[in-house]
Amino acid sequence: MNDLSRPDALLPLRVSALGFRHRGQSLLDGVEFTLGPVGRTILLGPNGAGKSLLMRLCHGLLTPTSGRIDWSLGGASVAFLRRRQAMVFQRPVLLRRGALANVRHALSLQGVGRAEGKRRAEDALERFGLSPLARRPARVLSGGEQQRLALARAWALRPEILFLDEPTSALDPAATKSVEDAVLDFHRAGTRVVMSTHDLGQARRLADDVLFLCGGRLLEQTPATTFFEQPQSPEAAAFLRGDLVW
Amino acid sequence: MAAGNPFAIALELILERDPVLLGIVGLSLQVSLTAVAIAALLGLPLGAAIALFRFPGRGIAVAGLNALMGLPPVVAGLMVYLLLSRAGPLGSWGLLFTPTAMVIAQTLLVLPIIAALSRQVVEDLWEEYREQLQSLGSSRLRAIPTLLWDARFSLVTGVLAGFGRASAEVGAVLIVGGNIDGVTRVMTTAIALETSRGDLPLALALGIVLLLLVMLVNATAYLIGEQAKRRLG
Amino acid sequence: MLKNPGRSRFRRTLGCLVLAAGLLSATIALAGKPHITLASTTSTEQSGLFHHIIPTFTEATGIEVRVVAVGTGQAFAMARAGDADALLVHDTTGEKRFIEDGYGIERREVMYNDFVIIGPSGDPAGIADAESAIDAMQRIAEAEAAFASRGDDSGTHRAELRLWQEAGVEPGSRWYRELGSGMGATLNTAAAMDAYLLSDRASWLGFRNRQELVLLFEGDEVLFNAYGSVLIDPERHPHLKHDLAGKWHDWLVSEVGQTAISEYRIDGEQVFLPY
Repeated sequence: MNDLSRPDALLPLRVSALGFRHRGQSLLDGVEFTLGPVGRTILLGPNGAGKSLLMRLCHGLLTPTSGRIDWSLGGASVAFLRRRQAMVFQRPVLLRRGALANVRHALSLQGVGRAEGKRRAEDALERFGLSPLARRPARVLSGGEQQRLALARAWALRPEILFLDEPTSALDPAATKSVEDAVLDFHRAGTRVVMSTHDLGQARRLADDVLFLCGGRLLEQTPATTFFEQPQSPEAAAFLRGDLVW
Repeated sequence: MAAGNPFAIALELILERDPVLLGIVGLSLQVSLTAVAIAALLGLPLGAAIALFRFPGRGIAVAGLNALMGLPPVVAGLMVYLLLSRAGPLGSWGLLFTPTAMVIAQTLLVLPIIAALSRQVVEDLWEEYREQLQSLGSSRLRAIPTLLWDARFSLVTGVLAGFGRASAEVGAVLIVGGNIDGVTRVMTTAIALETSRGDLPLALALGIVLLLLVMLVNATAYLIGEQAKRRLG
Repeated sequence: MLKNPGRSRFRRTLGCLVLAAGLLSATIALAGKPHITLASTTSTEQSGLFHHIIPTFTEATGIEVRVVAVGTGQAFAMARAGDADALLVHDTTGEKRFIEDGYGIERREVMYNDFVIIGPSGDPAGIADAESAIDAMQRIAEAEAAFASRGDDSGTHRAELRLWQEAGVEPGSRWYRELGSGMGATLNTAAAMDAYLLSDRASWLGFRNRQELVLLFEGDEVLFNAYGSVLIDPERHPHLKHDLAGKWHDWLVSEVGQTAISEYRIDGEQVFLPY
């Protein structure tokens, strides 16, 4: 989905001096990094480090109070940029209608025509093993099925970048496995993946590189192997040891 | 039917399928259902728009809408009467003392109920859906139909409350309809008339029929809703 | 390729619109036949007279008469505003003023009945043997017995006020209860609180919830109650159906109309006397 030769490519993403304050409290401060067009970036850090917040800012759901978020194609509107991205939340928000209808609704929001939308939605369900549940109300699916449906919905949108906010934190191991497989699928299809997690094993399995956040500051952006073998900051080292860090 | 047991009279009226009664029942349903349909078509999106958009005077709009839920039917009737009277601004339409005038008055009564409930329900749902819908690229305007559809089960309750108010009120339809026999006489005005004639058992019997009617409509809507809920979760 | 994404919802909305439009047009269709709107009083409507005579008129002329029964005061107001094609009320003074003020062009006396004084069977004011209606009213005031007044500017209310005036009584004390209601509601209320009241004979005869109430005084000339039909000035309200209203106006005083009125009975008793 990311074609490097495209002149209007979304990536790389440059984040500079990013800060976010809420009710006088600084929640994110001086964050700087660049995301290249390929790879899987895992956001790590203790609770409250600002992982979810950072993804929401990048995705355009929140507006930074300072600093900049620059996508490769400048000058485009937030709505236009967001159409080429997708986000999967910790608890999937599904509409009160059938599984297939949920995916089709998302496609129709992006202006995909009916016939094309139906085909793409059915393909997406098929890919994530949800075809038998296509007519089932989304809200009565199991937690794992719901998260898979949220992934299928994101898949159908063919995003250039996918944000995942702790997508497996409420799931059992089998469902977690299927989410991880899905992340690999996205990766293979060329989608840039940015995902936060608390599960270090999962981080090791999936990460190409790691962004380590602590107390609203970005302490590391390093390739996965380096991060797990030789963390550069004492906080990351402590975090990897399982010490309490904040 | 001068005297007797109201329940017996009600039963008799229903079993006999008295054509006059059937006409009155039919008109009651027609007027109130039309008013509710129009009020829903206008009120649901209106309530949703107030829920989703921030604009100056929004607080007043919300408070006004809530206050209008208590608009006395007589006042609504009087406003429509003055509007539609030949001496009024819309007098040339010649709508006074027609079922259409009654529909307008009842729409006015039902609209605030449906809009206020729609605002409340949609606002709560928007809280839940907001990030997801924004992530999917939905504008606030585009979110209105999505939210209304997803809140449909809660909204049905509001629409039914509106129907209850429409079918139960007598003040507005009496003023703008004139309680004309065979033309604008509905259940409530017929009950008022029989009461004033002192035929209390017949009035009560008509009241029982009205109650059964409203119960029937509500039960039907409830059953449809339950079935849909089971199907859609 | 931006096709309309929400077409199914659009279709649903359209369906609702069509349904509403259908219901609305059905309600409008009811207004199709030739008809006139008659502003009249609650007493005539509630007596059941119209049920008896209007079908005869409609059969003969094909014209439907839609009766809006209100107090006489409101009936005049309706006619002045141009909301009624025809007027049939019982307030001779008011009818004449209506014409003098340039709203009506012709008034004809259609029928009459009389007012009666109703009260609790115990008759605490002892009006049953009063010498005149004025005397009866004075006795009620002296006894300070409860009296229920329409208080709605209707023909009956206006007649009652004239009686008080002639009796030299200024009503308004605790025993005098202005209800602001129609004839029927006033009868109901009086029955519940054992009060005296002035009623037209037709409403009294048609009333079914008398409880302790009985007819105590009748027959005085001042209780005479004339009903008049007034033709509304076509120049003032050109949109009204003056042709149809004229037919109704003429029919009421025609032989057929007068016979129909005289044939109406409640419990075997004639309630409206033709001229």
